[in-house]
Amino acid sequence: MQTKITGRVWKYGDDVNTDVIFPGKYTYSLTDPAEMAKHALEDLDPAFVANVRPGDIIVAGKNWGCGSSREQAVICLKHAGVSAIVARSFARIYFRNAINHALPIIACDVVDSVESGETITIDFAAGTVTAPRGEYTFPPYSPEVLEILEDGGLIPHARKELGIKS
Amino acid sequence: MGKTFAEKVLAHKAGLDSVTPGQIVTVKPDKLLTHDNTSDIAAKFRKIGADRVADPAMNVIVLDHVTPAANETYAASHKATRGFVMGQGITAFYDIGEGICHQVLPEKGHAWPGAVIVGSDSHTPTHGAFGAFAAGIGRTEAAAVMATGKIWLRVPETLRVIVNGRLPPRLSAKDVILHIIGDLRADGATYCSVEFAGETIRTMSVASRMVLCNMAAEMGAKNAVVEPDDTTLKWLAGRTPWDSETLHRCAATFCADPDAAYARVVEYDVSDLAPQVAKPHTVDNVVPVTEVAGVKIDQALIGTCTNGRLEDLAAAAEILRGKHIASSVRLLVLPASREVLLAAIERGIIADLVAAGATLLNPGCGPCLGAHEGCMAPGEVTISTANRNFKGRMGSKEAFTYLGSPATVAASALAGVIADPGGI
Repeated sequence: MQTKITGRVWKYGDDVNTDVIFPGKYTYSLTDPAEMAKHALEDLDPAFVANVRPGDIIVAGKNWGCGSSREQAVICLKHAGVSAIVARSFARIYFRNAINHALPIIACDVVDSVESGETITIDFAAGTVTAPRGEYTFPPYSPEVLEILEDGGLIPHARKELGIKS
Repeated sequence: MGKTFAEKVLAHKAGLDSVTPGQIVTVKPDKLLTHDNTSDIAAKFRKIGADRVADPAMNVIVLDHVTPAANETYAASHKATRGFVMGQGITAFYDIGEGICHQVLPEKGHAWPGAVIVGSDSHTPTHGAFGAFAAGIGRTEAAAVMATGKIWLRVPETLRVIVNGRLPPRLSAKDVILHIIGDLRADGATYCSVEFAGETIRTMSVASRMVLCNMAAEMGAKNAVVEPDDTTLKWLAGRTPWDSETLHRCAATFCADPDAAYARVVEYDVSDLAPQVAKPHTVDNVVPVTEVAGVKIDQALIGTCTNGRLEDLAAAAEILRGKHIASSVRLLVLPASREVLLAAIERGIIADLVAAGATLLNPGCGPCLGAHEGCMAPGEVTISTANRNFKGRMGSKEAFTYLGSPATVAASALAGVIADPGGI
């Protein structure tokens, strides 16, 4: 897991739900992450897929990822190149899904201090997010969550727990 | 200091004397619910490298989302799930036609007071209507539970929602929960355990309590619960593996203490509540039906894990019996399970609905998630008894979904426009 991430921001609002992050009509027909990435945020921001670059960061308001439990809403963003998600708050299943796929996800109130296209830096060791118009702190991950992130997600973590050689 | 329902169940399952909100515990769930996504979960399970599921008796698998298979891709997915079930010796498997997972799981006796149920579906909190601690998880997490037999859970803070007052005629649990979500908003219960209490809840049927717990997910709840009582135990009798004495004991053991510490307590009086409707495109965009009365509809849907039970179909039949829906409207009816369908046939409810112009679909999720059986074209409007109205959910992203009770949806199908069921 990287200890510091700097990336260009895509900024969104409150209550962005999993249906607009990844439409339900694809959830049982698309299984290839690269294909999923082509539909990321399709019903919210059609410009996203065309312009996203590896390392970009999503910044949002409250309750990001509400709605369905579909983890494609995490996978599509990760495979589109998103390196982290920073929101005021998250829906709980979305938060778990992100951790389980080793996509850093941080509850931190930076949304009013940055615009789309600007850059922010997340320092996991220091627990800070540096935005163009302010620096913010966030609490450290619990040891259980940190271990899953450091193992590269829940699949490698479960493999380790079961003593299965990869 | 007293303990909440969630604190009691999680402490018991983790083998601890007590737990506090924020603490992380590792537990062995009693049941792991998966549905059409089982084929993908099985693939992730194999990716972990595991050969055998940790406990075949833990798994409950229901094919419900796109059933019967709408095309070759879905057919291959269902086939893979059947193969996984056979290979792993899983007995609690319910193939197409049995119904929606959240209806079939309790009907077949896999929910009981104090059980911990995790499911790869966001509406898993539904099972709190039986006094279970039930929470939704993602597919990878479900694969890890299959392989390891355990899961970490954060002990949630608890929101207690007290509902008092006698509901006016033609109003139901759906109006109550829409009103609450409109008030508390889509993130009003994020990460919380929600305890529904009060005299209105006590007089509700199990089916109505399922509506409340089901939709608690729409305000971000981790789980929701209605304290079990005689109504619950009577419903469960003969379904679960446990005898009456054991069920009574479980029900008593996990009740919240009177002096439990709540993050928040909210109270409602529903004596004067009007029928409630959620407008496009969020569930918390709730208004009294009178504010949207007259909006032209193209489709009406009665069913889903929220409102596809016998009392829901009966409420619709009461409005539609001997009449016919507007010629401009397509009315889709999906009973939540085979058990519900058979009961509705026996009571003549299905005949009444079909004679009134309804198109009867097989028990399952149907068009709720926009994959088959009634998707919408651009510009179309549906009023549905489902739990979500997000943009694009039921087909076109240029379509509009309103949510209401079975009575409101039936009255609207009759009128061709959104209508107050009290006025029919």
